[in-house]
Amino acid sequence: MNKPLSDFPGGLKLRGHKKRSTQTPIRKTPLSDKLILPLQQHIGAAAMPVVSVGDKVLKGQRIARADGHVSVCLHAPSSGTVVAIDEQAIPHPSGLSAPCITIETDGEDQWIERHPVENFSEMSAHEIRQIIRDAGIVGLGGAGFPSFIKMNPGVHHTVETLLLNGAECEPYISCDDMLMRERADGILDGVEIMRHALRARNVILAIEDNKPLAISAMELALAARPHLTNTSIVVIPTRYPTGGEKQIIQVVTGKEVPSDGLPIDIGIVSHNMGTAYAVGRAINHGEPLISRIVTVTGTDVTHAGNFETLFGTPISELLEFAETKRQPDEPFILGGPMMGFNLSGDNLPVTKTANCILVGVEDAAPKTDPLPCIRCGDCASVCPASLLPQQLYWHSRAKEFDQTQDYNLFDCIECGCCDYVCPSKIPLVSYFRFAKTEIMNQEREREKSDLARERFESRQARMEREKREKEERQRQRKAALAASKAKKEKEAAAKAETAEAADKET
Amino acid sequence: MLTAIIALTLLALVMGLLLGFASVKFKVEGDPIVEQIDKLLPQTQCGQCSFAGCRPYAEAIAAGEVDINRCPPGGEATIQSLADLLDVEPKPLDEECGVEKPKTLAVIDEQRCIGCTLCIQACPVDAILGAAKHMHTVIADECTGCELCLEPCPVDCIDMVEVAQNPNTWRWPDPSHLQLERGGQA
Repeated sequence: MNKPLSDFPGGLKLRGHKKRSTQTPIRKTPLSDKLILPLQQHIGAAAMPVVSVGDKVLKGQRIARADGHVSVCLHAPSSGTVVAIDEQAIPHPSGLSAPCITIETDGEDQWIERHPVENFSEMSAHEIRQIIRDAGIVGLGGAGFPSFIKMNPGVHHTVETLLLNGAECEPYISCDDMLMRERADGILDGVEIMRHALRARNVILAIEDNKPLAISAMELALAARPHLTNTSIVVIPTRYPTGGEKQIIQVVTGKEVPSDGLPIDIGIVSHNMGTAYAVGRAINHGEPLISRIVTVTGTDVTHAGNFETLFGTPISELLEFAETKRQPDEPFILGGPMMGFNLSGDNLPVTKTANCILVGVEDAAPKTDPLPCIRCGDCASVCPASLLPQQLYWHSRAKEFDQTQDYNLFDCIECGCCDYVCPSKIPLVSYFRFAKTEIMNQEREREKSDLARERFESRQARMEREKREKEERQRQRKAALAASKAKKEKEAAAKAETAEAADKET
Repeated sequence: MLTAIIALTLLALVMGLLLGFASVKFKVEGDPIVEQIDKLLPQTQCGQCSFAGCRPYAEAIAAGEVDINRCPPGGEATIQSLADLLDVEPKPLDEECGVEKPKTLAVIDEQRCIGCTLCIQACPVDAILGAAKHMHTVIADECTGCELCLEPCPVDCIDMVEVAQNPNTWRWPDPSHLQLERGGQA
C-alpha cells in the first residue's frame, strides 16, 4: 500500500451517506418484460441499428454497430424480439427523446454463442482494442467515453502509469465500492488485459480511505497474483471531487494534466474500476457490456443497495424492486447529489452511464432564490480546477461568452463545489452549463455558416462559368455562321464565274 | 549645420525607401475587416438587411454606411459579436428588417411539387435537389432557412418548419431567466 504523492487545490469534505447502500450484497434486478435501449449511451456518434422490427435476438447479440470512429456497438441485454426502433424518452436533463431499440424479452435469457479468449497475452493491442470496441465498452464512471480510444495511446506516447480510479468520491454512490468488495478478482483480470494492451510500466489502483473493505479485498486479490509486478494500491484521502480524472492524477502522481491536454500527454491512462471489470468479462468470457451495477439509494428508498441491472430496464421497475416511498412521476436524481440531474417520468431506461439513482437527499438545501453575489471568493477557494467561478459567473450571466473562455470555462468539471459553498445560493454550475452549451451552439452555427458560404461561393463561381461558357458558345456559333455564309458567297461567286466563262465560250 | 541637414535628408530618404519597399512587399490583399465581418454573418444570403447577400452587407458595415443591427437570422448573438469585433455598442435588432425567429428549415410537400425548378434556381446554397418535371427535395443539412425559395414556388408547396432539438443540440436554459419566471430577484 502506497501513500499519495500530492494533493489537488480546493475540494470539500462531504458526508458520505454510503452506509445506506452498502449493507447488502449486490443483487440482480429481475428481468423486465421490455428493454429500451437508446442508440447513443456514450460520447460520440449514435450506433446504427443492424436489426429490424420483428427480428428475434439472443442475449449478447449485436443490435447496433459503431458508426464512425468515436462510437461503440450496442447489444441485446436478454433474448427476445425487437418490437420497435423509434424515438423514446431517454434519461437526459433535456427530457427529450432519442432513437431507441425496444426489445420484448422472452424470459429465457438465452445467450448467443460466446468466444472467450484463451490467452490474451498472445494477442496484439489492436486485437484487444477491437474486442473492447465490439463489446460496446464505455467508461462506466459516468461520462461514457468509448474505452477503446483510451486504450490507444498512439505511437508518440508511452504509458508510464495505468491508473485505476476507485475513488468514487461523490456522496451516496457505492457501485464501485461494492464491485471492488465482491469482484476484486474480476477487476484485476481486466487490469491485466489493459496493462498488456497499453504496455504500461506500472499500475496504480487508487481507492479513497472511506472504503476499507474494498481496499482489503483488492489487496487480497492482488496478493494472489504475484506475476502482476509494479502494481500498487494507493489509498487516497476522502475529499470531493478527488475522483475527477485530472484530480486523481494530481493526487496520485503529483503531475498536472495540462489545460487543453489529455492524461496521455503526461504518460497516464486512467480507467474506472467498473470499466476494468467489463474489459475482463469481454476478453475472458466473451461477454459484451449488457449490464452494470447501479446504486439505488436515498432517504425515500426502503431497501437501498446495489443492483446488477440489464441496460434498458425501466428505472421505475428498478425503483419498485428496491421499494421506495416515491410517488409516480415524482422527480429523482440520476447520478449523485453534486453532479447528477433531476429526472421525472417513469419509463426511462437504465443506460451505460447510469451509476446511481437517488430518491430523497438528506439535509437537502431548500430551494430559495439566489441573492446577489457578495464577492466573498469562497467559490474560488474550493474550485478543484483553480478557476475563478465568480468571474465566470459574471460573464456567463452577461452572455459574454468570449470572456468566459478567457477564464477557461471549459476546464470546469461541473463538480458543484462552488454551488455548495456559495452563501448567496447562486446556481453557479447552472450558469456554466448554460454558457458551455451556448458556446458549443455558436460553434456549430459558425461551422454551418462557413459551409453555407462555401456553397454560396461555389454556386456563384459555377453560374459565372456557365455564363462565360454560354457566351463562348454563342460567339462560336456566330463565327461558324459567318464562316459558312462567306463560304456560300464564295461558292456562288465561283459558280457565277464558271457560268460566265461558259457563256463566253458559247 | 550642413552635416545635420545632409544626415537628416539621407535618413529621410532611407526610411522612405524602406517604407515604400514594405508597402509593396507586405501588401494586404482585400480588406481583412470585411472578411472578419462576413465570417460572423450567418450566410443565409436572405437579403433581409436590404443588401444582396451577406458579403455586400459586410462591405457596407466595413465602410461605415449601415448599422450592425440589420441581420434578423443572426439575431442578438451576431449583433453582440459584431459589436465586439468593431468595438461599438450593441443595439437591438432593427425591426424594419424583421424579427429574430427560431431556426427553421424548408420542407417541400413532395405530393404537391410540380417539378418546375424555380426553387432550385432561387436557393443560394444549392440545397434543393431535383430536375425539371421531377420531384424536388431539400437537403436538410445544407438548408440555411433563408426562405428565398418560398416566393418563386407557383404551387406553394414549401413550408418552413422549426428545427427540432435533439439531446445533442439541446442547450441548458439561462438560469437568470428561470429566476425571473419564478418572480425572484435576478
